Amino acid sequence: MRHLLSTKDMSRDDAITLLDIAEDMADVADREVKKLPTLRGKTVVNLFFEDSTRTRISFEAAAKRLSADVINFSAKGSSVSKGESLKDTAQTLAAMGADAVVIRHPASGAPHVLAESGWIDAGIINAGDGMHEHPTQALLDAFTIRRRLHQGGARGKGLDGVTVTIVGDILHSRVARSNVWLLTTLGAHVTFVAPPTLLPMDLTGWPAEVGFDLDAAIDSGPDVVMMLRIQLERMNAAFFPNSREYSRRWGLDDERFARLAPTSIVMHPGPMNRGLEISSAAADSAGSTVREQVANGVSVRMAALYLLLSGDREDS
Amino acid sequence: MARTVLNQADITRALTRISHEILESNRGADNLVILGIPTRGVVLAQRIAETIRRIEPAATGVRVGSLDVTMYRDDLAHTRTRTPSRTHVPGSIEGATVVLVDDVLYSGRTIRAALDALGDHGRPTVVRLAVLVDRGHRELPIRADFVGKNLPSSTDERINLHLLEVDGDEFVSIDGGDGPAHVGAENEDAS
Amino acid sequence: MSSERAASTRYLIRGATLPDGTGTDLVLADGRITELGSGLSSAGASVIDAAGLIALPGLVDLHTHLREPGFEQSETILTGSRAAAIGGFTSVFAMANTSPVQDTAGVVEQVLALGERAGYVTVQPIGAVTVGLAGERLAELGAMAASRARVRVFSDDGFCVSDPLLMRRALEYVKAFDGVVAQHAQEPRLTEKAQMNEGALSGELGLTGWPAVAEESIIARDVLLAEHVGSRLHVCHVSTAGSVDVIRWAKARGINVTAEATPHHLLLTEDLVVGYDARFKVNPPLRRREDVEALRAGLADGTIDIVATDHAPHPVESKDCEWDAAANGMVGLESALSVVHAAVVAGGQLDWSDIARVLSATPARIGRVNGQGQGLVVGAPAELTLYDPSASRVFDREDLAGKGVNSPYLTMTLPGRVHATFHRGYATVLDGMLRPIAEIAAHGENDRG
Ligand SMILES: [Zn+2]
Repeated sequence: MRHLLSTKDMSRDDAITLLDIAEDMADVADREVKKLPTLRGKTVVNLFFEDSTRTRISFEAAAKRLSADVINFSAKGSSVSKGESLKDTAQTLAAMGADAVVIRHPASGAPHVLAESGWIDAGIINAGDGMHEHPTQALLDAFTIRRRLHQGGARGKGLDGVTVTIVGDILHSRVARSNVWLLTTLGAHVTFVAPPTLLPMDLTGWPAEVGFDLDAAIDSGPDVVMMLRIQLERMNAAFFPNSREYSRRWGLDDERFARLAPTSIVMHPGPMNRGLEISSAAADSAGSTVREQVANGVSVRMAALYLLLSGDREDS
Repeated sequence: MARTVLNQADITRALTRISHEILESNRGADNLVILGIPTRGVVLAQRIAETIRRIEPAATGVRVGSLDVTMYRDDLAHTRTRTPSRTHVPGSIEGATVVLVDDVLYSGRTIRAALDALGDHGRPTVVRLAVLVDRGHRELPIRADFVGKNLPSSTDERINLHLLEVDGDEFVSIDGGDGPAHVGAENEDAS
Repeated sequence: MSSERAASTRYLIRGATLPDGTGTDLVLADGRITELGSGLSSAGASVIDAAGLIALPGLVDLHTHLREPGFEQSETILTGSRAAAIGGFTSVFAMANTSPVQDTAGVVEQVLALGERAGYVTVQPIGAVTVGLAGERLAELGAMAASRARVRVFSDDGFCVSDPLLMRRALEYVKAFDGVVAQHAQEPRLTEKAQMNEGALSGELGLTGWPAVAEESIIARDVLLAEHVGSRLHVCHVSTAGSVDVIRWAKARGINVTAEATPHHLLLTEDLVVGYDARFKVNPPLRRREDVEALRAGLADGTIDIVATDHAPHPVESKDCEWDAAANGMVGLESALSVVHAAVVAGGQLDWSDIARVLSATPARIGRVNGQGQGLVVGAPAELTLYDPSASRVFDREDLAGKGVNSPYLTMTLPGRVHATFHRGYATVLDGMLRPIAEIAAHGENDRG
């Protein structure tokens, strides 16, 4: 794997291989020594142009468990925030001998540009770009669903026939985009539920059904309900009137949660707005995977780093 | 032109002998953990464990598992990306006698990686190495304790080792370096 | 040899094909076309073999960004004039978004003078509608009109005159000197942070959408305002099928509106954005295939009056970055004729006399520029270009003569090539090569002196 930029172009076989390797990586966490020597001598740079402590420490833990050296390059308070271009930053990292760059950037496509530019030869992992994609989040979500459904027998399996309802701000969500491609590639059926203002105006070509009614979606008995974080500043831009109305119509409150089947999985990429898009009862229930998602994130990112940094880069 | 050096019966005999030798050197099957190195080493480890249980029906304590070494290899950057196999270490290896099992011993680098991998699971009292074929050309100070067949070969020769469970047929053959590429653990070991 | 040509004022162009398909020789002398016909005498003339070449009236670009004064790292009036000449142009209208803005008589006269000094093309300044393009107060439109630059086209291009009252007043005011307001139609609230055409692809790529309605609603408002006050309106770079419909409706209603389409909007679609290559970032954005088809049809049926390049050079660093941070705009002068050839001539929607109309006569008339767009007739100013329609080339940086290399066509194969361009009777391009700067400047001196 030369880069990990999006899930859209990921094949089913490649996705399952990555998830299977993530299973092996998860096993490492149960061992006496929770570290592998695999990426000794490799340098992984976390290049974050947006604050995201969760994602950064997840990648950092993943890289360190594989014995890579980790450099955290936060754009806040650095030369980058003083107007240094992505190009100059990339060339600096190249000169420092970065083998992989994990990039989080507010501009959609920035990881793409970095990968195609020739400014740096390192493997690029997209850790979230604007409203475009967040592939490792989708991979960890798929991994979490697969483990819940198949436990120890998850290896080699897809998500065939699994119904997933993704609820919330689809328009601005890179998590929703990465998930819709990956989950459907793995055989799942995805439904979006959102206020019409928070859906892309044209969903032609997206392999998802669309609805505005969360109650109807709940009553259809989905295997998985994935709640997205709602940004409160959206209401200032007239996407919805206020948080109370949003919560009433599109929040997973106690009453809706109670109507879900006991086997339903409740997911949230975090950080959660408890009481807004998800109630505490739902978030803390046995069906909730919120904490598993965090643990699984490290395993999935280890798998991604392994696939990126092992093997001959020329012939990949 | 492949030349068969071991047929299925030869392989079975060799594994039986190795099983006896393991029991003898361990003075029984107590605290014995047999770990195969994927892919074909795992099959051989299972057969050795079965043979030991057959020879000493009282030896219920013998444990068998697999130890993948992909993440410990020193050549990850020089070959195409390898997909790791499953590691399954049955219980604690603390204080145990571990027998590592591989199909072909060549440079010794796989075994070096296996020893590192094993160390991350605990500290056995003794580690032994069993291989079906030893073809020489060691690059590291490593030797096998139990060998099915010594097969001195030149580096441009190719050893083909097939096992029923993996390949559908079973033999060990040797051919010149110009033959078609072949799937076999001995090639992986040739770094 | 160059000095010999500099002194030569008489050219015989032998065996050219006129836009209507007829063959002819042309004699250029004393800055005019003096003879048309076959077998004309070569006495005292430099002879140009134009067999297989189409003679077009000198092209006129109503929408060029020359960047000087203020942004000379992107383009200067000299470099932009050279890009124009190699593209077959003999006149360009210089947009007002310079620094200082072309919002006073002083600045427009400076631009005019720099154009004359360069001498490759007629540089006709456009005046800003509002002071500093700020959209708040009218600029001194009358003073610019009365200046030596004789400004007739006013535009805040780059920005939309979005305030309806200010737009109404501007439309009314320019009637006093037969001016026209050229509107960059972009509703600002509907395009906040917009990055590409809004549709299925923008959703997938996670780029903020730039809806067609943001353009169409302004055009609809402006044609109604133009009707109400009885003024002349020009719509810059029409990019959507809906805009074509609105303009078609307005023309049918008798409203005095003209419209332009750019070469890139006639050829390229939004699919090029997929790789986030900022060379394809432009304002208005590249649209869908249906929009491209509608623009071509509109150009063919006269709804869209002209083609204008919106030549927008940028320094390399403005495009060598992530999409959101990149500047909008493409260079277009050097490639315009080939792109129009590929977009509408190759498919038979327009013929070469239509090209003469949409790239010379009509833009000259809309802009009220002197000495341009008068066609290839005896007595007309010797403004013409010789184009080889049978040529084909992989367009590359060598084909760019301005400072900007932000061309979307690099590595694409384009038809045709400009063989020669004549401005005021002297050659600015011969054998596909620009004539030297000093030689052209000397011609300009002679003309003025
Ligand atoms: Zn404009």
